[in-house]
Amino acid sequence: MINTFIGDLGHFSVILAFVAAIVSALAYFMASFRQPLGQDRLDWKLLGRGAFIVHVVAVFGIIFSLFEIIYSHRYEYHYAWSHSSNHLPTHYMISCFWEGQEGSFLLWIFWHTLLGLMLIKFNRKWEAPAMAVFAFVQLFLTSMILGVVIGDLKIGSSPFILMRDFMPDAPVFKLDPNFIPKDGTGLNPLLQNYWMVIHPPTLFLGFAAALVPFAFAIAGLWKGEYKEWLKPAFPWTLFAAMIMGVGIIMGAYWAYETLNFGGYWNWDPVENAVYIPWLTLIAAAHTMVIYKRSKSALRTTYLLVIVSFLLVLYATFLTRSGILGNASVHSFTDLGLSGQLFTYMAAFVVLAAGLMIYRWKSIPATQKELTTYSAELWVFIGAAVLCLGAFQVLVTTSIPVYNSFMGFIGLKTNAALPADQIGHYTKFQLWVGVGIAVLSGFAQVLWYRKTDKESISNALSIPLILTFLFSALVLLSGKMGWIPATDVTKEWIYVVLLVTSLFAVFSNLSMMLALIQKKVTLSGGAIAHIGMAMILLGILYSSGYSKVVSENMSGLLYSREFPDEMNRDNVLLWRNQPLEMNGYKVTYKGQFLEVKDFPDYVNKQVLFQTHDPYKALARTDLKIDGKVVHKTGDTVEIYPENTYYQVEYQQKNGKTFTLWPRAQVNPEMGLLASPDVKVFADRDLYTHVSSIPKPDEERTWSEVKEHLIGIKDTIFINDYVAVLYGLEKTNAVQGIDLNLTAGDVAVQADMKIFGEDKEYHIHPVFVIKDKLVGRIPDEVDDLGVRITFNNIDPVQNKFSFGVETTQKDYIIMKAMEKPFISIMWIGVFVMTGGFCLAIYRRYVEGKTPEDGMRNSKPQKRKAMVA
Amino acid sequence: MKKTHIIGIVIIALAIGIIMSTAGDASTYVSFKEAKELAEDGNSKKVHVVGRLKKDPAGHIVGMQYDPLVDPNYFSFILSDTNKLEQKVVYFNPMPQDFERSEQVVITGNMKNDVFVADKILLKCPSKYTENEIKAEDGKKPATAAL
Repeated sequence: MINTFIGDLGHFSVILAFVAAIVSALAYFMASFRQPLGQDRLDWKLLGRGAFIVHVVAVFGIIFSLFEIIYSHRYEYHYAWSHSSNHLPTHYMISCFWEGQEGSFLLWIFWHTLLGLMLIKFNRKWEAPAMAVFAFVQLFLTSMILGVVIGDLKIGSSPFILMRDFMPDAPVFKLDPNFIPKDGTGLNPLLQNYWMVIHPPTLFLGFAAALVPFAFAIAGLWKGEYKEWLKPAFPWTLFAAMIMGVGIIMGAYWAYETLNFGGYWNWDPVENAVYIPWLTLIAAAHTMVIYKRSKSALRTTYLLVIVSFLLVLYATFLTRSGILGNASVHSFTDLGLSGQLFTYMAAFVVLAAGLMIYRWKSIPATQKELTTYSAELWVFIGAAVLCLGAFQVLVTTSIPVYNSFMGFIGLKTNAALPADQIGHYTKFQLWVGVGIAVLSGFAQVLWYRKTDKESISNALSIPLILTFLFSALVLLSGKMGWIPATDVTKEWIYVVLLVTSLFAVFSNLSMMLALIQKKVTLSGGAIAHIGMAMILLGILYSSGYSKVVSENMSGLLYSREFPDEMNRDNVLLWRNQPLEMNGYKVTYKGQFLEVKDFPDYVNKQVLFQTHDPYKALARTDLKIDGKVVHKTGDTVEIYPENTYYQVEYQQKNGKTFTLWPRAQVNPEMGLLASPDVKVFADRDLYTHVSSIPKPDEERTWSEVKEHLIGIKDTIFINDYVAVLYGLEKTNAVQGIDLNLTAGDVAVQADMKIFGEDKEYHIHPVFVIKDKLVGRIPDEVDDLGVRITFNNIDPVQNKFSFGVETTQKDYIIMKAMEKPFISIMWIGVFVMTGGFCLAIYRRYVEGKTPEDGMRNSKPQKRKAMVA
Repeated sequence: MKKTHIIGIVIIALAIGIIMSTAGDASTYVSFKEAKELAEDGNSKKVHVVGRLKKDPAGHIVGMQYDPLVDPNYFSFILSDTNKLEQKVVYFNPMPQDFERSEQVVITGNMKNDVFVADKILLKCPSKYTENEIKAEDGKKPATAAL
């Protein structure tokens, strides 16, 4: 029975949310229109607030309805059908939410409602003008999921559309309009990962938080309060930058763990789209610091805050309009909303730019000249470097947009993204890293010192000595072979990045130690900078010195076109046949599955698959620490999608460890291989399967060879020896009862095959049931051997077996070493910690009156100098 | 001149430099004919080619070669570009698993000795990320045509 109520409730909520956003935006606008800040018209303001609360309630209604549809597997709805399935665990149902565009818009809307409520509660003075901007944004966002069609104009795409309305031409619905699919098509398997449960909400919180400083900036421009807005906006800017950064890193970690391009960052347009506003937001936070100190850079701050928000909109436009086309593998599918998205972006660009130009002259600017030794100058240059970094990524990422634009005005262009994207971006971003490292170290020291030559050189001397000492040590360790060696002449750029990053670490460390003694919260900036420098060092080593381990060391070269020029990064591993590569002896040992409520992976050979792909019979006892969890013959629940390939590594010192790279053959998307990573103190070993024998292809077996043998006799099968130990009567085969009656008999042969390093039991069965002969063969996957119990010769007391062989199982895999990648992940935590301290500090400052600040500052600085 | 002006000029100069350099690095979508001409001119810049796989009337891909037992890092196939010009393409990596199901293929690389050496393959599968087929009853056999 089709449940239309829940969809109607959801759709009604969308419309209500949309209308409430319009009312709220208008009312808040009227409340503040031609009124000075803080003297809003109360009736309008209360109306605006009320409408916003209605909007919030309606948004919760949308979320509830959508989740109910997914949770209750209501496949009459397209959203549930296309993003979920019966076997999807509950925690991934949350991810279903944002697999589709509509749901991810909803997530964004959701965060805006929460932030809006906080603004109403804590920033009463700014409520009316700032919330007018908020409600205006919400109006656009809710329109994206409106799903209203007026004539040829489609406004938004509703997540509550029924299957029969989504595909009205499908014959199924012509036969039976009430047809409900039994199962959904499932969540993209790559998104079935815990990082995908928390990464999108984090990133969207960052996006949403970028609206807060923007709303304050616009309110400030509108009301002519050019300075006051900075106080509440500052901690929010830091918050947005921090959350966005954490969100980006989560995405990077997900990519590292789930995808198999061999790293954490691929310069894909979708990644870049978030990286760009993140850099400009951080730049904005830095110009805010400058303004706090010297009342300069106010115009720049305005520009950066506004541009950051517009870049967030641009990121949305890039990833969701389908404009990237061939350029990206993972942007959303085009919902036909590009026009609407463009309108949304254009509206805010025009509004913000217009207001900015109109007010430009009235924004106070200092005529004060900055001296070479003033920290503000260097912080400003640092912000400029960040912006240039953002600009570079923007220029390249937008290449598909230029094509579309030229096409729009009637010119045909064929520009494509650079073929070597990594090389292209690295060429620039490496220098951005160097610039940031130098400036963060230098300006941080300058900031808290007297600005004359002598005291600066004093403050810099210890960090500089440590930097050179450590750089020398690192380069020497490379020479000694303890860490990856640096070729100083060829890789001088790496040396520059190494030295400057170390300088950033030490100079910020020296400031951190000094500041922590004065007041802990002051050290936030220094700590964040240390984290940033650690990230740079981690990237330098893990990417710059990433090494392919999986090279075929057999010396056998395949003679084809250009054998020497090409990197051959993949090796073929036969099952149970070890291969030497770059210091490891690697053995592929078999295919494993995950069993529900069982901690270890279970070999496919001991699981007998039933007609239900999600259930299997255990062919041996499944034990943990000697305790039997599932007995032989038990039915266990399995997760059949993912196969884990056991790959054993033996190091030179004889120690072994096992990795479980995963692969899934997905009917929609082909082979989805996810790596497994062994984390060492100084490096990660990253391994993934790159190709497997085709599982759907019928294996070709050799011709059957007959062997007539007695008990204790042997058979030679290729390189292996099989021994027949005995026979026994049986009633069941592989856990299935044969329902034997009087006169029937089933005999099971007990044989053993001696493989390379293991013995295998094999039990072919011979059955006489209802006077008919049946033979149930048994296989050893490891060896590619199948034995059929053909006949019993009671006279000679001999038994006939048919033996077949097939190609052995293999995998093609790739393995890489990533040195010091852990420094990067630790750096992220350090940087986030620094951000938290800074946010707390600026939040407290924002609450204290400006005068108090001004009085306390010189004292603080004197104390620092002393 | 004020320092801020100098900074401004430097920033603008760098920005222009970035644009110029990006224009230099940007690749182009070309046909195999143009790719050959580039290679003959000694230009080893990598280009993008969009094409389709050559198929026989039964829908099987023709001229594809991948034998992992001989060399897991050698995959070659024949691609016909938008002008229907056919060209052998070599990819020194394992064959992408869903390759045979793809319709449109985008490759980047350049011509070397009469073969196109690809270093990246982007597949456009008909159903990638979009479900446009509804499967009836047990969700196994496709009952209806694509939309």
